Amino acid sequence: MSATVNPPVAFTQDELGWVSWIDPLPEAELTERHYAGLVDRSRAKSEYFRLLVRDPEVLEARTKTDKDIFYNVVDGLPRAERELAAAATSRYNGCIYCASVHARFASTYSKRRDDVQRLLDEGVKADLGERWNAVVKASVALASTPIAFGPANIAELRRAGLDDAEIVDVINGASFFNWANRLMLSLGEPSK
Amino acid sequence: MMSTQDIIDTLAGIEPGSALDAVRARRLQARENAQKSYLSLFEPIDAGDVSLLERAAVAAFVTGLHGESPVATFYREKLAASAGGAALLGAIDAEIARGKTSGPYGSYPAGPLSVENTAGLIYRVSAASKPALGARLAAALEHAHLLVFRPRDAAAADMKALLDAGWSATGIVTFSQLVAFLSFQVRVVSGLRTLAAVNA
Repeated sequence: MSATVNPPVAFTQDELGWVSWIDPLPEAELTERHYAGLVDRSRAKSEYFRLLVRDPEVLEARTKTDKDIFYNVVDGLPRAERELAAAATSRYNGCIYCASVHARFASTYSKRRDDVQRLLDEGVKADLGERWNAVVKASVALASTPIAFGPANIAELRRAGLDDAEIVDVINGASFFNWANRLMLSLGEPSK
Repeated sequence: MMSTQDIIDTLAGIEPGSALDAVRARRLQARENAQKSYLSLFEPIDAGDVSLLERAAVAAFVTGLHGESPVATFYREKLAASAGGAALLGAIDAEIARGKTSGPYGSYPAGPLSVENTAGLIYRVSAASKPALGARLAAALEHAHLLVFRPRDAAAADMKALLDAGWSATGIVTFSQLVAFLSFQVRVVSGLRTLAAVNA
C-alpha cells in the first residue's frame, strides 16, 4: 500500500516497521467494541492492530493468550527462553519481523546477544549450548508440518533441566508463534 | 461463553485432576483465551464476512493437511455436521490428499537469505473440486495451503486474489486468524499429548 516500504533482506535485531497490504480501520472509526478487542488502547496507533481489530473478539482472545504465555512469570520458564522459543520459531518459519522483535527480547532478558545473533545469522542449527539447543530443536520440531515433535524432544528438554511446567511453556511459546508468524507474514510486510 | 468443554484439553486427552491439568491451571488466562479464540472463530457473534460453513471447510482442510490426528478428526466431523458440509466432504478430502507435503518452505527477499530458498509444491485446487467448492472457497483453500506450508511466500498479490474472489477485508482478517489459530491449536494439542504419553 505504501510507496515507502524498504523491506529488510536479512534477519536482524534492529527495530523494524510493518506495513499492511489491506486497509486497517481508521482510528476515527473505532468503537468501544474495537477498543475492547485492542486490550491496550494505545494499540489504536498501530497499523497492524487496527487491521486485526476488524475482528475484535478474535483479536482480544489472541492478545490475552499471548500475554499470559509470555508475561506470566510467577513460575515456569524464564522470560528469555520463552522469547528464544518465539525467535527460533520465527527464524524457522521465515518471519523476519517477528524474529527481530523476539530476538531483541531474548537478548535483553538473557544478556546473550551474540548467541541470539548467531541464531539469526546461522539459522536454527546454530550451536547455542545444551539448554538453548534443546529449546530451539523442540520449537523447530513443533513448527514443522507434519509436526515432528516427539518423546525425544521431551527427553532432551529434561536432560537440559526443564520440568513439565517449563516444557509446557516451550510448547505454548513455540506453538503461539505459528499463529503470530502467519498473521505478520500474510497480511503485510516489514520495512526498515 | 465458557460453557463448552475446553477444546484443547479434550483433544489432548487431559483429564481433570491430572498433572498436566494442574500445569495448565497455572496459565489460566492462556487456557481460557485459547478457548475464547476457538469460540470466537467457530461460534462468532457475526458470521457475515465468513460463513460457518466456510470456517468448517477451511478448518477441516488445514488440520487435514497436518496429517491424521484427533484435531483433524474433530474438524472433519464438525464439517460433516455443518449445514451443507456433508456435500463438501468428498472435495475437501480429495484436496487434502493433493495438498499434503512437508513445510515450511518458500523464498526470501533477494539477498543473503536467498541461499535458504526451498522449492516445494505450489498448490492449486483441482478442476474437479471447483464446482463443489465454488470460487470463494477454492481461493480460500489455495491461500490456506500457502499459510500452512510456505507462509514466507505470502505477497500483496495473494490479498488481491482473495479480494477478487469475493472476500472482504474483514473476511480476510477473520480467515487469516482462523488458519493461524489452527496452526497454534494443532501444535499445542500435539505437544501436550506427547508430554502426557511420556508421563503415562
